[in-house]
Amino acid sequence: MINVKKGASYFYLGLVFLFLYAPILVLIVLSFNNSMSRTVWGGFTFKWYLNLTSNDDIMAALGTTIRITLSSSILATILGTSAAIGIHYMKKRHAAIMLGATNIPLLNADIVTGISLMLLFTRFTPLGEFSVVLAHIAFSVPYVIFNVLPRLQSLSEACYEAAMDLGATPTYAFAKVVWPEIFPGVLSGFLMALTMSLDDFTITYFTKGAGVNTLSTMLYTQLRKGIQPELYALSTILFLLAFVLLLVINFKGEGKKEVAK
Amino acid sequence: MEFIQFDHVSKSYDKQLVLDELDLYIKENTFVTLLGPSGCGKTTTLRLLGGFEKPDSGKIYLNGNDITALPANLRPINTVFQKYALFPHMTIEENIAFGLNIQKKSKEYIQDKIKYALKLVNLDGFEKRSIDSLSGGQQQRIAIARAIVNEPKVLLLDEPLGALDLKLRQNMQYELMKIKQELGITFLYVTHDQEEALTMSDTIVVMNQGYIQQIGTPEDIYNEPENAFVADFIGESNIIEGIMIKDELVSFLGVQVPCVDKGFGTMKPVDVVIRPEDVELGAPGKGFMDGVITDCLFKGVHYELDVQCGGYEWLVHTTKYFEIGQHVSLNVIPFNIQIMNKPESEDEEVMKEDE
Repeated sequence: MINVKKGASYFYLGLVFLFLYAPILVLIVLSFNNSMSRTVWGGFTFKWYLNLTSNDDIMAALGTTIRITLSSSILATILGTSAAIGIHYMKKRHAAIMLGATNIPLLNADIVTGISLMLLFTRFTPLGEFSVVLAHIAFSVPYVIFNVLPRLQSLSEACYEAAMDLGATPTYAFAKVVWPEIFPGVLSGFLMALTMSLDDFTITYFTKGAGVNTLSTMLYTQLRKGIQPELYALSTILFLLAFVLLLVINFKGEGKKEVAK
Repeated sequence: MEFIQFDHVSKSYDKQLVLDELDLYIKENTFVTLLGPSGCGKTTTLRLLGGFEKPDSGKIYLNGNDITALPANLRPINTVFQKYALFPHMTIEENIAFGLNIQKKSKEYIQDKIKYALKLVNLDGFEKRSIDSLSGGQQQRIAIARAIVNEPKVLLLDEPLGALDLKLRQNMQYELMKIKQELGITFLYVTHDQEEALTMSDTIVVMNQGYIQQIGTPEDIYNEPENAFVADFIGESNIIEGIMIKDELVSFLGVQVPCVDKGFGTMKPVDVVIRPEDVELGAPGKGFMDGVITDCLFKGVHYELDVQCGGYEWLVHTTKYFEIGQHVSLNVIPFNIQIMNKPESEDEEVMKEDE
């Protein structure tokens, strides 16, 4: 009876994973398929990946993506960490209001955020790489706050006071006592911001203006011209990047726990 | 000028007055305990001296210098926090060296100090251990070591034993007294535990609702409480309304009893305080009044009895066993009857009702 139950639960789990990952698996397999066909296996090849490197448009998009992702996540991390510290020391009611306010962009439909940011930006600045960076900062900051805030909360209030008590200036106390404790949160916030920025299509699409392309918007424009195997390769790279980032975030969390023991 | 002086210090949080015009003097090299229920302002007083709070009005002096505006990191005062507040990402050694590193002391000096402090708190050889590997009692010792290596003029202790179990707490009380002797500095200790206060202190400051109720040695506070709040808070007592007929004669519950107190005037309403261990039980008719045992609980060292007598339920501690329903007489020698003035202000009245 127990074995039947166990078997059934494994079967169910397998089914869930199959539905979750089958589409991506198909994509990855096709990206190594030495044939233009979507249904016939023509042998294993790296040529679609190699083709990517010789495609100037795609290489330009890769450069843009790296610039936007890095600058937006670094700035979002700085902003989000400062915001989290501010919220942590607010009065309870004010903190709740601030948290609610930072929550809304998370729950808002991407397309609504995208359109509203576009409308706002066109009022002040031409759309381009800069406006995309601003947009990415806007939706990344909440992720940083949500990673840093729990760290601050688990840090005993008295630790900062204890540092002051032992003669530390506020800056020294922050650097030596608060920062080491919240750093893991800041790092995972940064990695989350990286992932979000890398993955985003909708908001980028509305705020990028003409001529600027990140990898995800490039993929979309190319798709409209017709599906080519290079695009499978590009999608696979995007997926793997996000996947690796997620793995890093998770393993970092577990590593920390073991050190604590 | 005294070593530490609070001069008309007031402090409120969110319009709630916590300290009202507090005046307090503390002598050098004494063990002073601030004792009171939660919300009495004792922790606020400590935090004001530590520099973690600024008073709304009034001045604080240390050694004759006005330190009211001095931030915590510039005061020659160190604190042992209630929840230890050790730095979790540092080893024990690094925790203890934190203050000395800021003072830019030499490596050898710091090593010597760490060794000395760990020895003082009975944790030799714990230098390289992590904070997580310590029990609550050990963490508290490290917190003490971390504070004292800086050679503060005053050590503040904010309910440091509150999180420990009874046995450990008693051991730590002796150790704290030993450390105090060894260092010869002023200890300001905050607690709501009256037994802790009575055991360790040179001077106890009993506080309630932002006011000092009584200052005195443990013996004074216990034997001669100045008002009903102190009498009730320090140990258990029978507090009975009475009338001071004249010097050395008080009337309560319908009987007149000799006492040793003088100077209350004649026919003045007073509160009579009698400690439960001071009531002597005897055969009916042998005391100043008779009553019936209504309850008897075994407490280890003594029995705790309720005696219905003269319309008042007396609390009595005795080492002898009595049956429930047994008739007895009550007697108290004059020396053990403590007379207190009736509270005059409304605040004091409130305190009584709170109990």
